Amino acid sequence: MMDVLVQQLFFAGAEVWLAVMAMVLLVVGAFVGNRATAAISYASVLVLAAAVAFIIGLNGHPRVSLFGGAISTDALANFGRIMVFVTAALAIVLGDRWMKRVGLQKFEYPVLMLLAALGMSVMVSANSLISLYLGIEMQSLALYVLAAFSRDNPKSSEAGLKYFVLGALSSGLLLYGISLIYGFTGQVGFAEIANALPTSSKVGVVFGLVFMLAGLAFKVSAAPFHMWTPDVYEGAPTPVVAFFSSAPKLAAMILTARVLTEGFALATPEWQQVLIVIAVLSMIFGSFGGLVQGNIKRLLAYSSIANMGFALVGLAAGTAAGVQSVLIYMVIYMLTSLGLFAGLLVTARQGRPLESFEDFAGLAKVRPGLALVMTLLLFSAAGIPPLAGFWGKFFVFKAALDAGLVWLAVIGVVLSVIAAFYYLKLIKVMWFDEGDRPVDGIAWDAGLVALAMALFVGPISWFVLPVLEPWALRAAAILF
Amino acid sequence: MDAQSLITFAIFAPLLGAVIAGFFGRLIGDRAAQLSTTALVFAACAASWVIFLQVFSGSLEAFTLQYLRFIDVGSFTAHWSARLDTLSAVMLVVVTSVSALVHFYSIGYMEEDPHKPRFFAYLSLFTFAMLMLVTAADFMQLFFGWEGVGLASYLLIGFWYKKSTASAAAIKAFVVNRVGDFGFALGIIGCFWLFGTIEFAELFPQIAAKSDVSVAFLGMSLPAMDLLGVLLFIGAMGKSAQFFLHTWLPDAMEGPTPVSALIHAATMVTAGVYMVCLLSPLYEFAPVAKTVITVVGAVTALFAATVGLAQNDIKRVIAYSTCSQLGYMFFAAGIGAYQAAMFHLFTHAFFKALLFLGAGSVIHGMHHEQDMRNMGGLARFMPVTYAVMLIGTLAITGFGIPGTYLGFAGFFSKDAIIESAYAAGLHNGAAHMAFWFGLIAAGLTAFYSWRLAFMTFHGPLPKAHEGAHGDAHDDDHHHEPHESPMVMLIPLFVLSVGAVFAGYVFYDAFVDHHQAEFWRGAIYTAADNHVLHDRHDVPGWVLWAPFVVSMLGLFGAFVAYIWKRGMGKRVADRGGPLHSLFYNKWWFDELYDATFVRLTRVLGDVFWKVGDQKIIDGFGPNGFAATAAHTARRLAKLQSGFVYHYAFVMLLGVLVLGALGLWLSGVWG
Repeated sequence: MMDVLVQQLFFAGAEVWLAVMAMVLLVVGAFVGNRATAAISYASVLVLAAAVAFIIGLNGHPRVSLFGGAISTDALANFGRIMVFVTAALAIVLGDRWMKRVGLQKFEYPVLMLLAALGMSVMVSANSLISLYLGIEMQSLALYVLAAFSRDNPKSSEAGLKYFVLGALSSGLLLYGISLIYGFTGQVGFAEIANALPTSSKVGVVFGLVFMLAGLAFKVSAAPFHMWTPDVYEGAPTPVVAFFSSAPKLAAMILTARVLTEGFALATPEWQQVLIVIAVLSMIFGSFGGLVQGNIKRLLAYSSIANMGFALVGLAAGTAAGVQSVLIYMVIYMLTSLGLFAGLLVTARQGRPLESFEDFAGLAKVRPGLALVMTLLLFSAAGIPPLAGFWGKFFVFKAALDAGLVWLAVIGVVLSVIAAFYYLKLIKVMWFDEGDRPVDGIAWDAGLVALAMALFVGPISWFVLPVLEPWALRAAAILF
Repeated sequence: MDAQSLITFAIFAPLLGAVIAGFFGRLIGDRAAQLSTTALVFAACAASWVIFLQVFSGSLEAFTLQYLRFIDVGSFTAHWSARLDTLSAVMLVVVTSVSALVHFYSIGYMEEDPHKPRFFAYLSLFTFAMLMLVTAADFMQLFFGWEGVGLASYLLIGFWYKKSTASAAAIKAFVVNRVGDFGFALGIIGCFWLFGTIEFAELFPQIAAKSDVSVAFLGMSLPAMDLLGVLLFIGAMGKSAQFFLHTWLPDAMEGPTPVSALIHAATMVTAGVYMVCLLSPLYEFAPVAKTVITVVGAVTALFAATVGLAQNDIKRVIAYSTCSQLGYMFFAAGIGAYQAAMFHLFTHAFFKALLFLGAGSVIHGMHHEQDMRNMGGLARFMPVTYAVMLIGTLAITGFGIPGTYLGFAGFFSKDAIIESAYAAGLHNGAAHMAFWFGLIAAGLTAFYSWRLAFMTFHGPLPKAHEGAHGDAHDDDHHHEPHESPMVMLIPLFVLSVGAVFAGYVFYDAFVDHHQAEFWRGAIYTAADNHVLHDRHDVPGWVLWAPFVVSMLGLFGAFVAYIWKRGMGKRVADRGGPLHSLFYNKWWFDELYDATFVRLTRVLGDVFWKVGDQKIIDGFGPNGFAATAAHTARRLAKLQSGFVYHYAFVMLLGVLVLGALGLWLSGVWG
């Protein structure tokens, strides 16, 4: 009995470690105060690095089911956790320096990030409805607080509050869906649900599933559950938004893929249709909505809505190649998005961050390097070959085509052309518009992150993609 | 070195020169660019002569050297290769010799031009493309060379691109050639369709077996060989400026004169003739196509000669003369005397390059004056140029004593053509017409050639040139006409030798008793084609007729421009119908302008303003963009900022999706 527990705790080592360390750092912070923020931040990064190292050590180990089937460690969970931890670490680095510059440095920031990462780690390895909900809530509660982190700023408070209220609503929908499914199948474990489906009421299960999907769609900010996104992105502190747009989306996407394919494979034709509707709506809202935005953070909010639509196209294919394409897409999207937000953090005018199109007018003349980095990232986001963004879209649309969803791929391509407009507009504003007002100095931490991401979507991706592709396929394959 | 290495060297040396001058011209400087390209082309020329002499002496067998695979798709294969036989050996020496001399000459002629490396790079590029063309072993490489020389021609006609007429002429040449190339490409496609290969060596042996295949084309059933022959000939018409597609050649004189000599006289424009001779195995089975070639060639020979009578621009006269001589070559090929066509091509290259370079010397000496009405009496200012131009004129008018082996180059080749035409005309209406047209054209040739010589070199120098010259040239120029430097005269001497002796030396091998041993199958003549032999049996008056008409032409020119000085001018001023017809080039440009150009422009306007701007842009990009912006604004209104709106949308979404889910779910399938 003891052995089993020890073994299970070992395989859940990353989660246990994160939970313990978050508590330790919280206590340290509580005693030492904000003086220790920098130290806690670096410690958090190290904690995450250690967790990544642990998971890499686990890599290749066969699937292990833990705690009565609540969570499992497998290739998909490992993939998700590595990505989540890496992005969380980057966001902590970005955030800590920026918070210091704007006088917001508080030790809760890294601790909350650790807790959010822990929640996402549970999400990507969840194997039952209970752990699914636990993970989502753990992540969300941390994120609500982070959204309102700049609490003296009315916009930030508004963002946190809106996010919280709507998030509570979505949790309600999710829970209602979970209860329906439990009620109709009598099971909470994904595998058990799959076994119980043929003898359950189809109407009840599908109805419950729609509610669950609504809750999950909220987390990935897919339409029509996306309305919070622009407001929260605009109000919340930029490094927090950078994080919002990356890891939680990946975690929720992996969770959705897992629950749909492991638990509801039998209902594939039904959830496929629902996903298609959500995907198309997201692409439409994301692509068109961004066209009239003047604020870059709002623009990127719409961009992320559209991108979730593209990713869902891959998921709607309902195949291993589809899930693989989603994983590739999400990784590329996450890093591009992080790079873009980091680019927003690089410089400012008299301490006021660059957030609108006018702020970027003529940036190429005063900060050509930054303009170049942003341009590369935007081209990638627009899906211009040979940058990584193109390959992400390529895999997603190819999966949809192979699954026979030709018209969905066509809609996706058309809408990605429309979405390209706002990326190109920003490029045009940077390079061709008049305006050479001086900007403040460069923040090197953000600059390096942006540069690294720009290099990633550019030349590095040509070497990474051949590695990423089989890795994502291995991760996706465990679902089928 | 063996012949394989020599031919490879000869082909690629000019490419190397083009690369050096083209990419590193600024780096290494003008002089180095000139010298490197010129030296490489001279080396290629030497290699070509070694190969040619081996072929000439019979010690070298024909071979094909494959370098690389070009295209290999399904059953379609094409190779980069070098084909050496007598035909390509002849072209090799023509191309490299004239090119080498023109490179050399250009060092002097282009002395004041600020873009020398570019010029020499283009010249060498042209040479390379032309060599690719003549050594092609399949249609693909032939087409590559064909387009390559077209490109180089375009670049060189428009070399002085700041001059709007030069740019327009370059575009005209390019566009007119597109028309020909369309037919040419169709012909190549047809060959592949019919024979399943584009390699000459695989294609030719199949022709006899398929000679009576018919194809449906434009609703008619046509013999396949004739159709292919005509389509391919359309390509040749474009490249060789034959009637209907000739309009670009006179305009091409906007390019620097050495270019005219190399491309628009000696080599590129003869590519069409070369191709017809190369494809003799096909044309021998295509009687209709041969008739078409004969008629077009004969008409061109006469037509261009008439236009040449009335032109005043020294280069345009020679350009029309080129056009006319190309007509001779074509009708020679059309009546089956391919050897005579090639022979005329060979001799023509020398004396026409000589005439052009001589004209270039005149233009150079006259400070870029090209109008012959402003010239006169130049013999005393530039005696050497005068002498070589006389040689060129004697050569082109075919001066020689019939029945003997005394004569200039043109005498041997042109008379061979006219005799062949007579012989073939005994049982062929088209050839008979060609004979008479060719004979008349010979008289006209003599007239306009001597007219050129008399107007330029004899009589008094018009006043404008004795004092200050009106051109915007530097004052340190001598304003008197002056003889050209040695660097320009030496190529003239060399070409003069060719213009005098090329006929005599090679007559026997090209068209007379030893032609079979010389050509060794490179040119195919059907069993019933005895034209070359029959021409020996023509009556005496046919031998003497060209001599007589050319003497008449000389006499006419002498009367109009020396004896009764001013007569030519009076005729021109009176502007009679015949003179207007000739002076205005039979109004071909006007005709094309009124029909094709205007029609195209109207069509273009319709497609642009209605099709593109109104329909495609209106409903497409612009309409789409307007719709997108409109949609975006409406969507933005949804984003009110109120939490309860957002919550409402979410619940609405759940409702709709739930309904969708319920609608989808029946029983577990």
